[in-house]
Amino acid sequence: MTQSPSPLSSVVLRFAGDSGDGMQLTGERFTTESAVFGNDLATLPDFPAEIRAPAGTLGGVSAFQVQISDHDITSAGDTPDVLIAMNPAGLRANVGQLERGATIIVNVDAFDERALAKAGYLENPLADGSLSAFSVFEVPMTSLTTAASEEVGVKPRDAERSKNFFALGLVCWLYSRPIENITAWIDKRFAKNDLVRQANYRAFRAGYDFGETSEAFAVRYEIAPAPFAPGEYANITGNTALAWGLVAIAQRSNLPLFLGSYPITPASDILHELSKHKRFGVRTFQAEDEIAAAASAIGAAYAGSLAVTTTSGPGLDLKSEAIGLAVALELPMIIVDVQRGGPSTGLPTKVEQTDLLHALYGRHGESPVPVLAPATPGDCFDTAIEAARIAVKYRTPVIVLSDAYLANGTEPWPIPDPLSIDPIDPDFASGPNATDAEGNPTFWPYLRHPETLARPWAVPGVAGLEHRIGGLEKADKTGAVAYDGKNHEVMTHLRADKVAGVVADIPDLVVDDPSGAARLLVVTWGGTYGPVAAGVRRARARSVNVAHVHLRHLNPLPANLGEILSSYSTVISPELNLGQLASVLRSRYLVDVKTVSKVQGAPFRAAEIDAAIEEYR
Amino acid sequence: MSTPVQLTTRKDWASDQEVRWCPGCGDYSILAAVQMLMPELNVNREDTVFVSGIGCAARFPYYMNTYGVHTIHGRAPAIATGLAVSRPDLHVVVISGDGDALSIGGNHLIHALRRNVNITILLFNNRIYGLTKGQYSPTSERGKVTKSTPAGSLEAPFDPVSVALGAEATFVARTHDMDRAHMQETIRRAWAHEGAALVEIYQNCNVFNDGAFTDITSRTSRDDMLIDLHHGEPIRFGAQKQFGVFRHLDGSVYTDTITSDNEASIVVHDESAPDPSGAFALSRLTRSDHEPTPVGVFRNVQRPEYGDLLNGQIIDSQERDGLGDLAALFRGNGSWTVSA
Repeated sequence: MTQSPSPLSSVVLRFAGDSGDGMQLTGERFTTESAVFGNDLATLPDFPAEIRAPAGTLGGVSAFQVQISDHDITSAGDTPDVLIAMNPAGLRANVGQLERGATIIVNVDAFDERALAKAGYLENPLADGSLSAFSVFEVPMTSLTTAASEEVGVKPRDAERSKNFFALGLVCWLYSRPIENITAWIDKRFAKNDLVRQANYRAFRAGYDFGETSEAFAVRYEIAPAPFAPGEYANITGNTALAWGLVAIAQRSNLPLFLGSYPITPASDILHELSKHKRFGVRTFQAEDEIAAAASAIGAAYAGSLAVTTTSGPGLDLKSEAIGLAVALELPMIIVDVQRGGPSTGLPTKVEQTDLLHALYGRHGESPVPVLAPATPGDCFDTAIEAARIAVKYRTPVIVLSDAYLANGTEPWPIPDPLSIDPIDPDFASGPNATDAEGNPTFWPYLRHPETLARPWAVPGVAGLEHRIGGLEKADKTGAVAYDGKNHEVMTHLRADKVAGVVADIPDLVVDDPSGAARLLVVTWGGTYGPVAAGVRRARARSVNVAHVHLRHLNPLPANLGEILSSYSTVISPELNLGQLASVLRSRYLVDVKTVSKVQGAPFRAAEIDAAIEEYR
Repeated sequence: MSTPVQLTTRKDWASDQEVRWCPGCGDYSILAAVQMLMPELNVNREDTVFVSGIGCAARFPYYMNTYGVHTIHGRAPAIATGLAVSRPDLHVVVISGDGDALSIGGNHLIHALRRNVNITILLFNNRIYGLTKGQYSPTSERGKVTKSTPAGSLEAPFDPVSVALGAEATFVARTHDMDRAHMQETIRRAWAHEGAALVEIYQNCNVFNDGAFTDITSRTSRDDMLIDLHHGEPIRFGAQKQFGVFRHLDGSVYTDTITSDNEASIVVHDESAPDPSGAFALSRLTRSDHEPTPVGVFRNVQRPEYGDLLNGQIIDSQERDGLGDLAALFRGNGSWTVSA
């Protein structure tokens, strides 16, 4: 290959195949290489809820989308420029998303009659002209893969399983990725099984060499590194970032970290990640159910731990009772809800933002809880830390609303200096704080800090602080059981005022409005940040003046939000629900916020946001 | 904790809160037994935590001058688990009732027992829902007429000791509110047990289920109706120890008058038997409150305690690989450097 690669600003690739074809692994590896190469990137894994859905069917298609670019990007891209389809189902499930002129690379070996029928094709799309709008490359990936590993003695049936490495090799060639890291990774990852290691390596090389020698591909592309600030970076998923944020703040604050959790998609990876970090003293407890998971965290919080419970929507339903107890006990606790499609079991692997109102209001009684939502995978790290700060400082449960898109998506993350993370002072109670009727020193568990209204965190083991607390209403200050109506009203207001007072720690919002002349404001929260920001940029590229403001804090809302909302003539709120934030903003600020809704188990596309901006501007 | 244990009296263990159970409630005698026992247990008040769920029994922690948490219905074993594994230095006691532990909290109870978490569970069994004013409970006898079952309850009751043994609890015992010395001795042994200990306490609800246990616990009937289990001894009962417990070929047990012919085959109680089947058979001996009923320690075996295991994995990992390093963690999955 003598021709030098053509420069490209960005590309969106989508790997699609059977859920057993290793598409996630292939996509992740390509992503890692691109990250190390210096591109900016964002990923969107998309897989079925079934572990092994029937092979070859549309329901069993697992896909991984990644956008890589030479400039700062905020989403995994709207539509793939290149679709790598390992079988007819992978093609059929994704071809509808492609725009004219897109490239399709298919494993032509997989397009036999049976596979076509399973995917629901009556005619072979490679032969019937239905793909004429696209550049289609038919590559015999299976047979070239088996041929490559034949000589090392791998049985053809086993050899076939390496075909995802062939695809990876081909794409690496096509986009001029350096391959040394991948081959080193293959050596390490499959060190325990030499035959598999060799088969994968040979398949990868075969794919790379096919690009080089076959002349099927006329051009090869190159995407230059993006201008990142100097420093060290890691490619990180939201779930990993969240787990690391918790470990980091616990470690820096010298608080033992406790996680009570019950396995649930898409939150389980946080449990998996934290259970690896025993060296940091992290206690993980896989409870018998979601209720016990939350309850055990309350016990750990009472014991003086930084206590966390992680879940997804159905689990949040079950934890509501325990969260209410934590509100009454006024103990620090973090509840992470990695949102997925609902109601009920819903769409377990797909993204949605439909738990906002549940987090804000989903408990009986007046039960206020601070609610935060991370914006990007990397932001999950910072959000976890902030949740811990609020929980400990104000002695309150805090809900973090992540989502399936953030949980599994990745982005380059600037590795922080651990020493830059300020420790939290738990300010444990150490002695009596009041005097009883006889003039003796005593301890009142509900005597509050005058500014934060936080009560003392008095952990067992300290003589003189023995006290009883519970879910029954307590007398102001002393914490004794109290059924008096007037006291209940005082306590209800105190709990509400305490949580409302968290606003003191929330920085004012900064509106992104480069023109300064926008009349339309787009307001977002949580994981829609990246895709919506991409849409806003697209509109600005058409010279439309549009402002964007993003909320991390859903309760309490930032102090200057009302002023911001009222200073634009139109406010739209794109949400992956039927308008939950819009409903909160309308009732709180009496501003006519318009909802841009999507509930398809997928993130917004920039084009959808651009279209909404066009409609409302 | 390393603090030397202070000498205390019963008064030191009583909180300043007015006790508000119905006059005549069996809970008073349990509270007195526990408050009188505490000074003998070689523990400081600040290292003791009582955790309860919901129900009449669940008010218990408010009356103990220790740390205490009155939580939510059925969840006390789960909350106590998080507390006990986080703080192995504490003594954690769960106070529960038949509805709290066996109905709404049944799942948490069996899993805490299965894991062998270091908690002492006192299950006050009055065979009725008291705080909600008199509905049948999961331990009420079939046919029980209550406000919610005017035609009689349809359900077969749980035997708490059988449930605990089914979960392979390592310490299972039964006592009753009419015998302070027996209560104290049983709770003392449960307290000393490492791991999860369950003590069922027959407790009279004089308002909604008065006399539920009178046939077996009253002073006049006790000798013939309570079978006090003692480890390593043949199981005999009756004023003259004239009755014994015998085993059928299928492993189930029955009571009979002792004769010179059968005396040699009286079951010898073995609370430390690794297999819980023998203890389970004893727990099935009685099918009503009007038959001879075993009390005392059914099972007392050693098995690694959950918190020890959990914290042991942390210590092992730290000794093997060193303490965690955040900078290394952040680079653990691979990283790259962008130069200026």
